[in-house]
This record gives sequence, structure tokens and C-alpha cells, in this order.
Amino acid sequence: MGKHQRFIEKLIHGIFLLLGLVTVGCVLLITVYLILSGIPAIRQIGLLDFLLGDTWESTAKEPSFGILPFILTSVYGTAGAILFGVPVGFFTAVYLAKLAPAKVKSVVESAVSLLAGIPSVVYGLVGMLVLVPGIRALFHVPDGASLLAAMIVLSVMILPSIIKVSVTALEAVPKEYEDASLALGATPIETYFKVSAPAAKSGVAAAVVLGVGRAIGEAMAVMMVSGNVPNMPALFQSVRFLTTAVASEMAYSGGLQRQALFSIALVLFLFIMLINAALNFFLKRDKEG
Amino acid sequence: MKKKTQKLLGLVMAAAVAASMLAGCSRKLSGTVATDGSTSMEKVIGALGEAFMEQNDGVTFTYNPTGSSPGIQAVQEGSCDIGLSSRALKEDEKNSGLTETILALDGIAVIVHPDNPISDLDVDTIARLYTGEITNWKDVGGNDAPVVLIGREAGSGTREGFESITDTKEKCQYRQELTSTGNVITAVAQNPDAIGYASLASLDDSVRALTVGGVAPSEETVKDGSYAIQRPFVLVTKTDAKLSEAAQAFFDFATSADAAPLISKAGAVAAN
Amino acid sequence: MNTTISSGRRFYIGLMKGLMVLSAALTCGLALFLIGFVLCKGVPSLTWELVSTKPSYLNDTIGILPDILNTVYIIVATLLIVLPLGVGAAIYLTEYAASKRLVAVIEYAAETLSGIPSIIFGLVGMLVFANTFGKCLLAGALTLVIMNLPTVMRTAQESLKTVPTSLREGAFGLGAGKWRVVRTVVLPGCVDGIITGCILSAGRIMGESAALLFTAGFAHALNGFFSGLGSPGATLTVALYLYANEPRPGAKEASFAIAAILMLLTLAINFAAVLVGRYFKKRSAL
Repeated sequence: MGKHQRFIEKLIHGIFLLLGLVTVGCVLLITVYLILSGIPAIRQIGLLDFLLGDTWESTAKEPSFGILPFILTSVYGTAGAILFGVPVGFFTAVYLAKLAPAKVKSVVESAVSLLAGIPSVVYGLVGMLVLVPGIRALFHVPDGASLLAAMIVLSVMILPSIIKVSVTALEAVPKEYEDASLALGATPIETYFKVSAPAAKSGVAAAVVLGVGRAIGEAMAVMMVSGNVPNMPALFQSVRFLTTAVASEMAYSGGLQRQALFSIALVLFLFIMLINAALNFFLKRDKEG
Repeated sequence: MKKKTQKLLGLVMAAAVAASMLAGCSRKLSGTVATDGSTSMEKVIGALGEAFMEQNDGVTFTYNPTGSSPGIQAVQEGSCDIGLSSRALKEDEKNSGLTETILALDGIAVIVHPDNPISDLDVDTIARLYTGEITNWKDVGGNDAPVVLIGREAGSGTREGFESITDTKEKCQYRQELTSTGNVITAVAQNPDAIGYASLASLDDSVRALTVGGVAPSEETVKDGSYAIQRPFVLVTKTDAKLSEAAQAFFDFATSADAAPLISKAGAVAAN
Repeated sequence: MNTTISSGRRFYIGLMKGLMVLSAALTCGLALFLIGFVLCKGVPSLTWELVSTKPSYLNDTIGILPDILNTVYIIVATLLIVLPLGVGAAIYLTEYAASKRLVAVIEYAAETLSGIPSIIFGLVGMLVFANTFGKCLLAGALTLVIMNLPTVMRTAQESLKTVPTSLREGAFGLGAGKWRVVRTVVLPGCVDGIITGCILSAGRIMGESAALLFTAGFAHALNGFFSGLGSPGATLTVALYLYANEPRPGAKEASFAIAAILMLLTLAINFAAVLVGRYFKKRSAL
């Protein structure tokens, strides 16, 4: 190999290395920007007052910036979405991976991909026109725009990711496990739930965590159905999420209010990082186990 | 001889046409007019911009519906030519070198579901409803049902206008704070017990506007001031900086009498 | 053998089976309901006039041609930038990287990026790109590049892994340099992954709203490709959001019509992805 050619090889290696590092650069960029723009307001308001304050009046003469209602709403809303979305998603996944005839499977799977492909704005729009009046009529509450409406919308929105990841995990369970169970006299259904599902538990856990991440990060759909008032969360109360707090005031904001919105984004980002770490943990265990 | 004069006449006419075309060309405007601001002014400014572009096809007119405060900020930073605000400028904004020109007046209609039996409220009652002092429609002569208060998000020009006229700033007990006029109308249209407020220019048949103190919101009542809940649509410019030629032409057009029918067609009341 | 199954077990089996079928039916039902609802509301207002004109305030009409074009522009611009970045990163990871640690770091970064919600991308895009270029399609596209980088990288990586090592070794054995092997053997092998990545990204870009609201603005002006990239513009999904919020007569109908278009495009994209997968599977089996 000539000197010239060796140089070119090195150069190309370097270029690919750079391209590989772009991803890392992007993550760093996002982290640095969020921290830099999120810290000033927290400093000015005080970390505890910011995180644990229960009133948000960003435009009042004497503004208060407490985001506890947003944090709790995001946590409750996500928990509610998981409570409904995970069982439905899990059972659908077992059905698809193990029981469904090929034709049915392909139909249901395309329905699931379609759910995944619907823009979140459409979920919000349908929720606003169908779900909100529906909740009002069904539960005899004054207004249907509420935490419950947001939970239902979110649970439908996370279904596709839960189903897809769980199906992949369930299909990866070695056939020998199931054969052994069947040979011991267990029925197929018992085998799926008592052998296959436990064997795929890391993958299913990853699916749940992925769902949590999707739910906590959703903004546009919940903004249209949750009423958007910074109340402490309750099922039929009008509430504001971390995401919607940022989205609804960003356009109009200025000064400390704007900085505080960046601080909210930073808090949301920290939540997401925690969730990512959890996801990575489960995926890794899945690979090794 | 006759032929010659004809030729000459033709030549003169051609020259005249060419001259007038040249003159026309030299007066032809070009460039862009960037506006930024209030979402409530969308219809008015959209119609004006479109008409302006039809008259001057070398000009690009843009409108960024961001909200009154960002629009004002944008003028200050120089990122747009003309800011659009659906509230009067505050003292400190004027002191920072901005000028307001009132383009039009807009009534803020108080709206309810079409099935709501209430048809009239006065400003004081509206304030008591919104501050949560009155929580049931039967206390104002309506059905025995809780009042559901729908409003706009903090920072909205419509909310600013409504709360300052009803004197309910920071006291409103909203059930929903929505981010656009359209969403407020949709929410009220979905709920028979809801009350909301929205720009008069934007109303449709899905909701009903109340009369306020016996006065129905309309172009006339807003103009003569008898309809109480109204606010100005303002063009915001820098006091000491000159507008570009195109922007100045738009400014003149928008505040001219020619623009009045367009503004009123868009539902607001022209100030000029 | 069935006779030996206790009633308790039989109950368990029945219950589980019931739950499974019920859940699957619920999922399908939801999807059908959403499709039906949107198509019912959207298709009647889906006229040629709507998709071939721009909106006019003077005539009080709504047209979505500018939004369609903006969507196309932003998809093209994003893919043009993200493809080299993503595929390059994938090539580095599978062909060049020697340090396991570095690979883990890059993969973790990709994992993290794909978990970040779009509103955060929107905020950072606003701070970084919209503050530099102004709110315009280019700023939006750059934001979307970061969002879609993990998807493109992942799909390219998956398909690079399917290129048999023996092919590479053969090429090396013939005396080819590394770059030559990558160019002539590896890259052609991952075309399917690149196409799948494009399709998936296009779908995601089409459905995106939160990240674009803060970066690409929301004008409905009719522009060419390059002037379009430099000026603010709404994509179909952003227009859907705007029209849903707008009180103009016909705006709600227009937003449902856009929703219907997006839904049909989603169907088409899913179908295309399946077709591409099948085509390449067949080819590689030959």
C-alpha cells in the first residue's frame, strides 16, 4: 500500500469517526443548551420553590413559579396511561406473537402501525370532539376536559410502541422452552403466560418503559383535551402537564417567565434521561439474559 | 398625407404607452413586508395583506401569528417591519421607542352554548361569574347547572383585554385555558354550561354571543362605544426608524379609507 | 387428555384467551374507529380545489397546496442531510470502530436521542437553529435531522449486519483497501436499510408538529424549493393544528381533510415499507 493510499484510508476513517460522533455531539448540544437556559430561572426562583411550589402564576404582578402541579400531573397522567395501555398492549402482543392466525396477525399489525403513524394532533382533535363531551355526559361532571381525558388519549397513543416491542420480545423466546412446557402437559395458553411471558420479561419491561417515555413527552394531543389550567391533579380536574406548560406559554412568554419555561423543559429532560437509563438497563439485561 | 399623420399619431401613442409603462415600472414596489403578532388579528391582517399583494405583485407580505407580546418584541428587535398587537401598548413599551397606530376596534364577545337560556349579562355579573363568586347558572336566572369558565392562556391579547375591562386580572377561576380563539369556540360549543370569550370577528353559528348590559356586540355598537368589552387592533412601529418603502406603502394602505371595507368584512371595525 | 385439566386451569385458560382476544379486538376497534371518524369527517371536504390552491382571506377559502409543498421540501431537505450522517455513523460503527467503549457511547447517545420528546427538540431547535437562520423550513429541517438521526442510523446498521462477512473478507483477500470494500461491497448491501430508513423518517417528519411549531413557523405562502427553505412555512401536520385552532368557516373541515390525507399517506408508507422489505428479502434469497 502506497503512502498516499494509506493517507486516504486514514482520512476516510477519520471522516466516518466524525460522522459517528455527530450523534454524541447532538446529545451534548441538547444537554448543554437545556442546562444553560434552564439554570438561570431556577437560581432566581430557588430550586425548592420551583420544584415544590404549588402555584403557577407566571403573568401575575407578583409572579409565582411553582411546578409541582405539572410534575404530579405528568406522573399521574403517565401512570394512568400505563395502567390502561400496558395490559391491553401486553395481551394483544401475546395474541399476535403466539395465537393469532397469520392473516389476522397481519391485519392487526397493520392496524397497530397505523395507530403509530397517526399524528398526535389528530389524537387531540378527535379527543376534543369525542372524548371530552363523552366524559362530561358519562360522569356528569361540569366539563370533560380533564386528567382522565388525557390519560385515555395517552394510553391509546402508547399502545403501538408497547405492542411492537413486546411482540418482538415474545417472538424471540426460544422454541425449546415452549416445547418443553407443552411436553410436560401444559396447554398452549398456559405455556404462553407461564413460560414465554416470563422468559420475555426484560423485553416487556423495556416496552413499558418506552411507553412511559412516550407518554411523559407527549404535548400536542394532551394540550387539546386536558383543559390546561395549572391545578393540582385530580381525575376530573383541568390540568397542565410539564410538556403543555412549555408549549402553551412559549409563544407569548418573555423575561423570567420564558426562562422558567426552559427550566420546566430541563426538568422534563431529566425525567426522560432517567427513563432512558432504565430502558437501557432492561434492554441490556435482555441481551445478556 | 393622411397616412403620414396616422403614422405620426401611432408613433406618439406608442411613445406615450412606453413612457407610461416605464413610469409604472419605476413606481412598482418590491421587497417584503414582514408582520408579526396577535393571533386575533389573523383575519383582518390576512385580508389586508392579500389585497395589498394583489395591488403590488412585486411585494411579498408575510404574517407570523405569534401573539401580541412577541409581535411587539419582534418590532423592537427589528425582526419584522410592523408588529401587530390586539391590546394598547403599555407605558414602558411606548417609552422604549415604539409607536402605536390604532388600525381597528374589535369587540370581545361573551359566548355561550346555543341551548343556554341566558341572553344578557352585565359586565359586573360577568366579572362575578369569572372570579368564581357566582358558580351556578340559576343565580343569574339560568338552569340549575354549574358554570364552566373557558378562557385563554396567560399572555393572550384577548385575555388581557377581557380581564382588564371586567377588572378580573389574576382572579379568574378558569376551568379551561385554551391556546386559541378557535379552541375556545369549540369548547363552548361542546358544553351547554360553558361560558367563554372570543373575538367578535371570529364567531360562528356553533355558539351564541350574549348581549352585555343590553347591548348586542356588532360593528355599530363597538364603533360608538356602547358595547363595553372591546379592544383596539394596533399596528406597532419604531418611533424613530423609517419603514422600508414597501412597509410604508402597506402601512398607508392599511390605515386608508380603502382598507375599511376589507377590515369590516373581516369582522372588525375600521378606526379610519 | 382434556379430561385431566382441572376446572381451575380451564378457567385460567378461558380467562387468558378472553383477555387476549378482547385486547386485540379493542386495539383493532380503536384503529378502525379513528380511521373511520377521520375519513368520514375529512373525505367529504377533500376537494381538488383544497389541494390545488393557496388560502385566501379575501375570498374566505382554504387551500393546502403550500402546506403540501412545504411538507415535501422539508422531507427532502431533512433526508438529504440526515442520510449521509446516519449512514456514515452506521458504517463507522459496523466497519471501522475498534473501541467497544466508543461504540457503546455512540449507541447510548442514539438511544437517548430517540427517547427525547419532540417538544424538547423544538425548544433546542428554536435556540440553536431558529435563532441563527430565523424561523424557516431550513431551521425546521435541521431540527428534524437530529430527531431522525437515530432511526436512519439504526436501520442502516441493521442492514449492514446482514452483509455477509465472507464478502468483505473476499474483497480484502483480493487486495482491496478498506474504503474500497466499504464503497463497493458494504454500501450496496445496505440499500434496503437506507430505503427503509428514508420511509420511516418521512413518516415521522410528516406527523411532526411540536418540533416544527417553534422552528419552522407557520406561514401558508407558496414558494419554490430554495426560497421555501429560507422562509417560514407550515407542513401539513402543522397546518392541521393551525386550522383546528382557527375559527374561520371551513377551517375545521380543512383540518379533517388534512387528517384524512395524512392517514392515507401513513397507510401508503406502511405499505411501502412492507413492500421494500419483501422485495429485498426476495432478492437476497436469490
